[in-house]
Amino acid sequence: MQVTNNEISTEAVFSQEKGRGNNILVLLVSNKKLLIGSCMVAFFILMAIFAPVLTHYNPSNFSNDLSFPPSAKHWLGTTTKGEDVFAQLVYGARVSLLIGFVSAIGSSLLQILFGLSAGYFGGAIDDVLSLIMNVFLVLPGLPLAIVLSSFAPTQGFVASSTIPTGFIVLTLVLLFTTWSYGARVLRAQTMSLREREFVTAAKASGETSFRIIFAEILPNEIALVVSNFVTTTVYTILAEVALEYLGLGDTAVSSWGVMLYWAQLNQVFLGGQWWWFVPPGLCVAIICAGLTFINFGIDELANPRLRSDKMPKIKKQKKEGAVA
Amino acid sequence: MRYLLRRIGFYLIALWASVTMNFIIPRLMPGDPAEAMIAKMQGQQTVTAYQLQALRVELGVNTTDPLPVQYWDYLNNLAHGNLGLSSVNFPHTVVSVIGEHLPWTIGLMAVAVTLSFIVGTLVGIVTAWRRGGVLDSTLPPVLTFISAIPYFWMALALVYTLGFLLNWFPISDGYDIYNTSPGFNLPFLLSVLRYGCLPVITIMLGSLAGWVLPMRNTMVTTLSEDYVLMAQAKGLSERRVMISYAARNAVLPSVTSFSMSLALIVGGSLLTETVFNYPGIGLTLFSAVEGHDYGLIQGCFLVIAVTVLVANFLSDLLYTALDPRVRQGRS
Repeated sequence: MQVTNNEISTEAVFSQEKGRGNNILVLLVSNKKLLIGSCMVAFFILMAIFAPVLTHYNPSNFSNDLSFPPSAKHWLGTTTKGEDVFAQLVYGARVSLLIGFVSAIGSSLLQILFGLSAGYFGGAIDDVLSLIMNVFLVLPGLPLAIVLSSFAPTQGFVASSTIPTGFIVLTLVLLFTTWSYGARVLRAQTMSLREREFVTAAKASGETSFRIIFAEILPNEIALVVSNFVTTTVYTILAEVALEYLGLGDTAVSSWGVMLYWAQLNQVFLGGQWWWFVPPGLCVAIICAGLTFINFGIDELANPRLRSDKMPKIKKQKKEGAVA
Repeated sequence: MRYLLRRIGFYLIALWASVTMNFIIPRLMPGDPAEAMIAKMQGQQTVTAYQLQALRVELGVNTTDPLPVQYWDYLNNLAHGNLGLSSVNFPHTVVSVIGEHLPWTIGLMAVAVTLSFIVGTLVGIVTAWRRGGVLDSTLPPVLTFISAIPYFWMALALVYTLGFLLNWFPISDGYDIYNTSPGFNLPFLLSVLRYGCLPVITIMLGSLAGWVLPMRNTMVTTLSEDYVLMAQAKGLSERRVMISYAARNAVLPSVTSFSMSLALIVGGSLLTETVFNYPGIGLTLFSAVEGHDYGLIQGCFLVIAVTVLVANFLSDLLYTALDPRVRQGRS
C-alpha cells in the first residue's frame, strides 16, 4: 500500500503540467527554462569530468610562456607564472563543482532531518529545533563562513590520504552555514502535510514515525527538497568562490576561486590580463544562472498552487491505491 | 506585546549564540591562534615556550585556565567593551579599529541599499505595468544572470573597464588619500562621493534583481484586482492607476524586505570592499584574516552579527505595526 502511495504522489508532483508520466526527458523538454538551465549545468559537469581530454596541460605546471594573451597554443592565455589558464579553468571546475554540490547535498540532508522532524512532531521538539533553525537563520552566513574557515587549517592533506584539507573544511563550513533556510521551508510544508488523510491513514495502520516521515511525507515534498537543493547549490558555489578568492581555501589546488585569488594578488586588472580573471567569473555566473533557471522550471512544474488545483485527482488516485 | 517580548527573548538567545560561537570556534580548531601566528613567521626567529605563553595571554587564549573560567573572563571583557588588541594594527585596540572603519561601510551601504530599493521598485512597477512588453521579456532573464555573477567579480570587471580602461572612476581607496585630509572640508567630502560611485554601482547592480523581480510579481497579482479595473473604468489617468492604486498596495512586501535588508548594511559589502580597497569593515575583516588577527576577526563578526540582529528586530517592529494579525499573537 505504501509503495503505491509513494509512486502516485511523486508522479503526481511531476506530471501535473503535462500529465505525461514521470519520464525525466519528457519533463525536461516540456519546460523551456528547465531545458536551458539543465543544458548550462550539464555543460560544466561534462567539462569537469572530461578535463584531461580537453587539455593536455597540467594546471599547476609553470612554463616559459609568461602572461601570453589567448592564442592557438594557449586557448585562454597564460598566467604570470606561465600556467595555462584554460587548463586551470577546466580542472578548477572539478574543485568548485565538487565542493558546491557535496556541501549542498549535505546541507539538504540536514534540512530534511531538521525540517521534517520539527514539522512532523510539533510541540516541544518543534520549539527546540525551530529555535536552533531561527538562530542559524539570523546569524550572517558569509561572515560566519569567513570566521570559521579563517580559524581552520586549509593547506595540506587530511591525515594519511590524498584528500586536501581545504576541501573538507570548505565543504563543512558551507554545509554548516546554509542549512537553516531550507529547513524552515520544509518544516512549514511538513506541518501542512501532517494534517493530510494519508498521514492519518499511515498512523492508523501503525507505521513508525520514522517511516511516516521518510516514506510517506518526504516523497510528497520532493519537489520542494529539489528546489531547495538547487538554491543551496547556487549559494554554496558563489560562497565557495568568494571564500577561495579571499585566500581561505587551499591556494595550491587550482579552482575558480583560487584562480581569482592569484589574479587579484598579481594585480591583473592593472596589467590588463583580462583573460586571467574574466573566464572563471563568467563560468560561475553561467552555472549559477543555469541552476536558477532550473529552479524557475521546477517552480512552474510543481508550484503548490498548481498542485492544489489538481488535488481532487490526486486524492482519487490515492484512494484507488489504498483500495488496491 | 507578548509577541514582542518573545521576539526580544529570541534575539537575546541569538546574541548569546553568536557571542558563544565567537568564543568556541577558535578553541575547537586544532592548534591555537598563538601557534598559528608563530607558524606564520617560522624560521624568522626562535620562540621560547615563555614567549608563546605570553602571546596566548595577549590573544585571550590562555589555555592554562579551565574553560568555564576563560568563558567568564571573555563575557566579562565583552560586557566592558574590551575586545583586546589588534595584532595587525598594533598597538590599537580592536574596538578603536572597528570604530574607525564602521562609518565608511554604513555610509556606503546605506546609499547603495536605498538607491537599489528605489530604482528596483520603480523598474519592477513599470515592468509589470507593461506586462508582456519588451522590458518584461528581456529584463527578468538578464537580471537573473547578473544576480548570478559573484559580487566581487563584477566589481573586478567594473574596476577593469570603467576604472582602468576608461579612467572614469578612481580604482581604489575611499577618498583621495594624497590630496585631501579626512575631516569636515569640501575637497574631502567631494572625493568621498567620487570614490564611492563605483562601489555603489556594483552593489546596486548586484542587488537590483532582488527588488525588481518580487516587485514585478506582486504588482502583476495586484493589477488583476477589481479595484484596479474599477479605477481604470472610472477613466483615471494611467499614471494615477499605476502609482496610487496598484503600486501603493503592491509595495508593502518590498518595504518589509527593505527593513530586512538593513541587515546587510554592515555585512553585505565584505567582498566589494576588498576589491575596491574601500576602508570599511569588509577590508578590515580581510586584513585581519590575512594577518591572522583573531581578535579583530572576532570583533568584526560580532559587529556584523549585532547589526543583523538589530535590523531583524526593527523589521519585526515594523511588521507588528503594519500587520494586525502579528499583533494579535499569531507568530
